[in-house]
Amino acid sequence: MKIIVCIKQVPDTNDIKWTENNTIQREGVESIINPFDLYAIETALKIKNTLPDVEITVVSMGPLQAEKMLRHTIALGCDKGVLISDKKFAGADTYATGKTLATAIKSKLGDFDLIICGQFAIDGDTAQTGPSIASQLGIPQITFVRELKQCSQDSICAVREIEEGFETVKAQLPALICVLKGLEDTSRAKINGVIRAKNTVVDVYSMEDIELNPEDTGIKGSPTYVSKAFRPVHNRGECEFCKDSSSLAQKIVEYGGLHE
Amino acid sequence: MSNILLYAEVTRENFLHTVLFELAYKAQELAQKLDKAEVSAFLICKTGLAAEYKEAFINSAFDNVYIAEDDSLENYSTELYSKIALDIIKEVKPDIILVGATTQGRDLAPRISSSLHTGLTADCTGLDINEKGQLAATRPTFGGKLMATILCKTLPQMATVRPKVFKPAPENIVKDTKFVYFKPDIENIKTKVEFVEFVKGMNTCINELDSAQIIVAGGRGMKNEAGFELLKNFAESIGGCVGASRGAVEMGLAPVDIQIGQTGKTVTPKLYIACGISGAIQHIVGMQESDKIIAINNDEKAPIFEVCDCGYVGDVFEVLPRLINEFKAE
Repeated sequence: MKIIVCIKQVPDTNDIKWTENNTIQREGVESIINPFDLYAIETALKIKNTLPDVEITVVSMGPLQAEKMLRHTIALGCDKGVLISDKKFAGADTYATGKTLATAIKSKLGDFDLIICGQFAIDGDTAQTGPSIASQLGIPQITFVRELKQCSQDSICAVREIEEGFETVKAQLPALICVLKGLEDTSRAKINGVIRAKNTVVDVYSMEDIELNPEDTGIKGSPTYVSKAFRPVHNRGECEFCKDSSSLAQKIVEYGGLHE
Repeated sequence: MSNILLYAEVTRENFLHTVLFELAYKAQELAQKLDKAEVSAFLICKTGLAAEYKEAFINSAFDNVYIAEDDSLENYSTELYSKIALDIIKEVKPDIILVGATTQGRDLAPRISSSLHTGLTADCTGLDINEKGQLAATRPTFGGKLMATILCKTLPQMATVRPKVFKPAPENIVKDTKFVYFKPDIENIKTKVEFVEFVKGMNTCINELDSAQIIVAGGRGMKNEAGFELLKNFAESIGGCVGASRGAVEMGLAPVDIQIGQTGKTVTPKLYIACGISGAIQHIVGMQESDKIIAINNDEKAPIFEVCDCGYVGDVFEVLPRLINEFKAE
């Protein structure tokens, strides 16, 4: 069974700093594996533990420095790392990103049974790249996956967490799933994994390598673009401070507290 | 003539998801800025259900409602729903498609936009029409620390919109709505995913906070279980519901289903009282649309005071009992 896990390197959003021009400072901000993607890897490793002959390939689209992150996933127990990297990918929205990854999967990875993505990336928070990849590859998707009930060579059964509860669906493979963060801790690197990671070559492919047209990726291939980015502003007036509890109580009543 | 098309989502309990009415009122406003734009909805559901919703559509100023009914559509299916939606969209040719950013909307919309080779802006909290007549969709990114306004080069321009951010029309706007039935081409859709079962959730995301008029929320400053007990008593004394910041949830003081903020709920009560909440941006994005906000915190420099109407600098453990006494006496 061949599993592909798509991961993204993201800036640690807990560590965001602002420049004087109110833009996000990217230099010196630590890059991490998107936390949801760690659970995508965890899900793949679990399947590898239960089924025979499972091969996990981890794919990422990003700058060359993401190679280190892919190497780390091999230390965690994944088998191969593939980095899709090209300056021409810059500015890709979720449509172009989905297209780029789908093209890379088709041209460089060939047949696969299951693709696993994290449900959200903590920087963009769109939850769209997974469905975009599935759509471009013409395979079914299961999103908001809370847990896998069963995975065999030709089908997968998953529990989705939706607003009103839990929905179980079963998909024929090949399929793509987007997983939520689990409750349990994710795996740590093992010593033999670290050694293997050292000896594994991460394949790096450019736009030309995957035979993608420059019109189909990056800013050019993206239907959407950011026209303006700004810090959130609050248009509420000046805060009026109360000196004591009785004036505070008055305000609560004035604002509609106590009324049915 | 331009058209705005809204997705009418049906919940598990066979209600129209309320985000439709929030979108409807907002779309009316956008339509004013577009020359004579029509606002329509499309509904995909099991046979016979659409009739139950007709009045709701007529009272929400829809020009047209496109309906695809079939017995096989009882449970949401990405494959069936996206294929039927594409058939309807190809017929209607809207310029703008808005979908609620629910789990269903966020599953369905990217599948539609990819097939149409168009753009989709996720989980928007602001919608406008710019001077060129384009949809300007604003959304929070980087955990709510940065807002981005996104435009789309292609048609239709699509966006998923966060529920509870926009308000529904304050009263009915009755229109002579046209109902158009589409015959879904179910037999020719290959499905590879089957529905197995649905179990109503213990930690259901929809609870009394969604419709609460008064919310009293506690943060790390409530310190311990006794603090949250005090918060509950205070909420009771003014007829409010209890919410929590992520900090309080992480300390184990409150369950995750009452968490308010970026990774929790977005709430829009008439009155929001933040107790012992410092006001991290992730929390603010979940409550900033409340009509009135009061903050109680012992740190006068806490960022929560920058987004509230009224503030009290002091110890929550001193002021809450006094407030409770005051309201109990009334």
